[in-house]
Amino acid sequence: MEIDWRRDIDMVLGDARVQGRPVLLDFSAAPM
Amino acid sequence: MYPDERVASFISENFIPARVHVREQAEDFQRLGERYGAQWTPTTLMLDSDGKEQHRVEGFLEADDFLAQLRLGLGKIEFNAKRWQDAERAFQGVVASHPETDAAAEALYWAGVSRYKATGDAGALSQTTAAFATRYQDSAWAKKASVWKA
Repeated sequence: MEIDWRRDIDMVLGDARVQGRPVLLDFSAAPM
Repeated sequence: MYPDERVASFISENFIPARVHVREQAEDFQRLGERYGAQWTPTTLMLDSDGKEQHRVEGFLEADDFLAQLRLGLGKIEFNAKRWQDAERAFQGVVASHPETDAAAEALYWAGVSRYKATGDAGALSQTTAAFATRYQDSAWAKKASVWKA
């Protein structure tokens, strides 16, 4: 399973509020 | 950390996963890095549904340690929402599932606090002190719990 990382952080924060779900926010330098 | 199947599954099941890349999203990295105080990679934040940071991991961890930190973060989210029983369950899950990790000692501490908050029974705290007599004796969390000794 691969993680479906989202990049639209501001949208993620809005979705989290609506869905009542926590967010894992990863600051990364890993190869894309 | 992330290629591990257990880590990937746990994240997908329990969080909305979001990534900011230091080079490919340089503007976002600067803006969000300042907002959340993240100036180094990897830095992993666990935010509650209101976007408030509840736990962070800075630097690389092996999969088992990282999983334990993720569970610990969920416990803190429950704790800070005053869902004491859910918090205790999450913290106990760290101790049970990842007993050899650094997170386990912290989770044992917060499990005791959660039980106390749920019940008002100070015995929950002294029992936690007693539990530290048999494991994680050298941890900072054992020292913190020592004040509750019956």
